Amino acid sequence: MHFTASDGVFLAFAAITVGSAVVVTLARSLIYSAFALLFTFFGVAGLYLLLGADFIAASQLLIYVGGILVLLLFGVMLTHKLYDLDLKSEVTQFAPAAIVAAGLFVVLAVLGFRTTWKIGPGRAPSATTDEIGHLFMGQYLLPFEAASVLLLVALIGAAMIVRRKKEA
Amino acid sequence: MDLTAQLIGGLGLPPFLVAALAGILPAVLLITFMALGPIVYVYAETKIAGFMQDRIGPKRVGPHGMLQTVADAVKLLFKEAIFPASADKFLFTLAPCLVVVGAFLSFVVIPFGSRVQGADLNIGVFYVVAVSSLSTVGLIMAGWASNNKYALFGAMRSAAQIVSYEIPAVMSLVVVVMMVGSLSLKDIVEAQQGGLPYWIVWRYFPLNVILFLVFFTATLAECNRAPFDIPEAESELVAGFHTEYSGFFFAMFFMAEYTEMVVLSAVASVLFFGGPLAPHMALQTIGGVGLGPFWLIAKAWTLVFVMMWLRWTLPRLRVDQLMHVAWKVLLPISLALVVVIGGLTLVLPRGFPVVDRIVGWPIVLGIFAMLVVGVLRAVQWSRRRIQEMAA
Repeated sequence: MHFTASDGVFLAFAAITVGSAVVVTLARSLIYSAFALLFTFFGVAGLYLLLGADFIAASQLLIYVGGILVLLLFGVMLTHKLYDLDLKSEVTQFAPAAIVAAGLFVVLAVLGFRTTWKIGPGRAPSATTDEIGHLFMGQYLLPFEAASVLLLVALIGAAMIVRRKKEA
Repeated sequence: MDLTAQLIGGLGLPPFLVAALAGILPAVLLITFMALGPIVYVYAETKIAGFMQDRIGPKRVGPHGMLQTVADAVKLLFKEAIFPASADKFLFTLAPCLVVVGAFLSFVVIPFGSRVQGADLNIGVFYVVAVSSLSTVGLIMAGWASNNKYALFGAMRSAAQIVSYEIPAVMSLVVVVMMVGSLSLKDIVEAQQGGLPYWIVWRYFPLNVILFLVFFTATLAECNRAPFDIPEAESELVAGFHTEYSGFFFAMFFMAEYTEMVVLSAVASVLFFGGPLAPHMALQTIGGVGLGPFWLIAKAWTLVFVMMWLRWTLPRLRVDQLMHVAWKVLLPISLALVVVIGGLTLVLPRGFPVVDRIVGWPIVLGIFAMLVVGVLRAVQWSRRRIQEMAA
């Protein structure tokens, strides 16, 4: 087994993902954690791209960076004192957390190596959007619609909660 | 990419070098275009602002003041970058980089010609929307790292504005994608072949004109341009998220803003105005040389001109008005258009038979020409009036 260019790219993206994830968990300042999350998402998007899943990579950027991360930053900035540079998160219960994390890692690693992965024939399709669209509107229509109804309910619920506060 | 490979393939270089250069050269060309472009745009903006306000604009440096922005750019480059004492230095430096990267990345998929394109991603339109979210995070980062109330308010406003206006913008993108049946910008261009009457704006006249106006308004808000420039409203927030930035960092924000204007105008011209396609087939090539880049840039710059025109014509919106426009005006219109045009694509996939080709475009272009003439007349009138008053 020899080292190819795509292995190098994979390692680079994996390093970005893992490195920034470490910063997310260990950073003392909450805002640093939030900004480090940007690079985690970016690295994961890169990994998707490397696997030929361009649509999922772009979705990752759009939904996680453009939506969730921005909301997260809004949350951090609005719930605490805005200009408090000492917005710290403490490291508590380091040993139990480390044990749980290590245990989970071992379980996942063992599962990953033991599972006989179903490997499809040939290469991944070059244009993924077509097939994703057909699958969503055909084979997986019911779960797709169920998920969208769930999201709609969550949206209306969020609006209701905000409104009730205003009236009180 | 292929075109570059062919062009330099004849030089007898080893294959790996040809492959590397074919990747690097277009990138260098694009980055040069983007980095030097703002010099032209800022000059245009100052001249247009001068014209609209009956002033002369820059005139001292170079003929007609043409070197004014060059001088300004050099000044900004050499100026000291000042870091506020309590700013977060690392994030303060990273933020303008993120904003610029987010603005520049979209250029990769813009088709300058049938064979002049950074990369024809089959998720093209979706990619443009996705990478622009990097800028949003960059803006928030800039506002927070400055450790300045006004900067943070500006950043929050800007993020709220971009997130809100992204929805009508994406909805109108969805309509175009439904009509063409592809996310690739190249396919969208190819669907409009045949000259001026076949461009997407005139299809389903006048529905797509409304769609274009929704998209254009939303993109205007996404680049924080007037009348949607409340994130940097001078009267309330000093200068918004870039209050604390000076020198080259400020230049980077400036560059990002103008680049974003041009990118979004280019995207709009690809989606609605045929991108690199000429208004008539005969004008597509001259002497075997493709004019695609010329047409694309001409269309994009026309839209940029309209953006500048609006900036110097319309007053700034208030924050509540801003959100009202996004959520209660643009979003319902764009949702209705998704349903209506989506239904029409099933029944009449090629658009309305006669109206689109013959009636639609003369009306719209006529209105546009009348507006331009109207502005020119108004300026002439006010000039004459001033002379009369002086006499």
